[in-house]
Amino acid sequence: MPHARRFSATPYLFILPGMLFFLVFLLYPLVEAFRISLYDWKIMPGAVSTFVGLDNYLRAFKDDVFWIALRNTVLYTVVTVPAQMVLAMLVAVLVDALPSGKVLYRTLYYIPVITSWVVVSLLFRYLFDPSEAGLINYFLMHSLHLIAQPIPWLREPGPAMVAIITLGVWKGIGWSMIIFLAALQTIPADLHEASQIDGAGPVQRFFSITLPLMRPTVVFVLIMLVIGGFNVFLSVYLMTGGNPLHRTETILTYMYNQAFNFLEFGYGAALSYLLAIIIFVISFVQIKFLRRPIEV
Amino acid sequence: MRHRRFRLSHLLLYALLTTGSLVMVTPFLDMISTAFKSQTYVLEVPPTLIPREPTLQNFVDAWQSNHFALFFRNSLVVAVSTTVLSLLVSAMLAYGLARFEFPGKNLVFYAILLTMMIPSLMLIIPQFMLAKTLGLRNSLTGLVLVYTAMNIPLNTFLLRGFFEELPRELEEAVLIDGGGHFTIFTRMALPLSTPALATVAIFTFLAAWDEFTWALTAIDDATKRTLPVAIATFQGEHLTQWGLVFAASLVAILPVIIVFVTLQRYFVKGLTSGAVRG
Repeated sequence: MPHARRFSATPYLFILPGMLFFLVFLLYPLVEAFRISLYDWKIMPGAVSTFVGLDNYLRAFKDDVFWIALRNTVLYTVVTVPAQMVLAMLVAVLVDALPSGKVLYRTLYYIPVITSWVVVSLLFRYLFDPSEAGLINYFLMHSLHLIAQPIPWLREPGPAMVAIITLGVWKGIGWSMIIFLAALQTIPADLHEASQIDGAGPVQRFFSITLPLMRPTVVFVLIMLVIGGFNVFLSVYLMTGGNPLHRTETILTYMYNQAFNFLEFGYGAALSYLLAIIIFVISFVQIKFLRRPIEV
Repeated sequence: MRHRRFRLSHLLLYALLTTGSLVMVTPFLDMISTAFKSQTYVLEVPPTLIPREPTLQNFVDAWQSNHFALFFRNSLVVAVSTTVLSLLVSAMLAYGLARFEFPGKNLVFYAILLTMMIPSLMLIIPQFMLAKTLGLRNSLTGLVLVYTAMNIPLNTFLLRGFFEELPRELEEAVLIDGGGHFTIFTRMALPLSTPALATVAIFTFLAAWDEFTWALTAIDDATKRTLPVAIATFQGEHLTQWGLVFAASLVAILPVIIVFVTLQRYFVKGLTSGAVRG
């Protein structure tokens, strides 16, 4: 070797600019959020913030709205995640079997994914208009004859959650679909042919060959969707704002409202840490129990 | 017999997929239709998909009297600046992590992985205080700096994977010729990584173009609004003027659809890398 190993500044020069952004705007806020959560934080100039220890966390457990928000967040996740995965898998398998036109169909199902949450949330407010003229009400009343009176969708907690969940599933299918489709295309065709000769039907082949081979992808999508489900925020914020009477609040809308409407920054920070802990634990459990170290 | 069954099953495939895609697309068709309707025809019974007296008035009104030209410009400035800045610093960071051994390297990498997993909204309270302290509230610069940082973890992660697979031999050739690591980075690593850079650029641009919550929180000055905030605020102030809201929305989503349709292959590659091992 021509020269011995010595300290070199070069790698640090490469990482310096990125690390500056990372430390100032991400890592410092992450640590600072925890510190804020330990205080009765005052934002007005001159006001003194008092250290309250874990009081903000204990406050959440005694707060009815926190439990409503947690329940809604869990409900949203438990319904939207399986619905998205099953529908996305169905679409992916069908698109994969198409003789032609794959890109066209893939694009059609993907359009909601690339459209901004702001636009689709407002669009769904319009579709779920409480009057008879709203497209969903009109369809249910006059095309399907399922209801006699228009449903006041976003004005009542139950129907509002239905609308929010519908948006979540509709917008999310394309993302899982595209990942499933990519995984389907890596499955060797001769495996299918071999089992076809054995006399297996398409459904049996899907469950005995395709699905086991896609296991790592399915687990990845599951973990990502559960994280996304617990992070539900924008659709709720723009469709109901957590109303009526906090009944459609989710953890992040409640956090945001506490912080920026009621200036309860300490409590808001504690809520966001509680959410992070929940997500961390659930993701950890899923990775531990669902991911096998070696896949066939 | 066998041949016939095959064609029938194909017909069924197309029928199922077309029905499904109608569900995906109808909301957009309704939005487009409403954008071309004057207020009298919005939310009428029965709903009509083809506007009876189509008009461009909503687009003219949004663009001219409601300042959407300004909001469009703000969004464009923020998204382009974020893309350039984030791409530059992420590529350097990813290159440093991919091609060098140095003390603290693993710590940096795991810290980046950690921030990829936490909800970004979790940081909004301290980021708000920080923006106040640094005088970054009500400025587009404040948006660009925070967006750049928010995009670093994923960009670095994707680019690092790409840089690691570049051949080492080329690098040694440049070093023997007396070139430095920065020459290798700008003259070789970057040009060879164009597909990966394109993927990362598209994701960053779209994330910045669509971002809502930080822009809503950091900016009070109405002239500094970006499109998503302007559209949501406008809808809040004019509850029933759906034609105008959707005309503005179409202006906001059209660039996104164009970018996606033309650059689809980079998009799909970025989405599926890491998720699917071939």
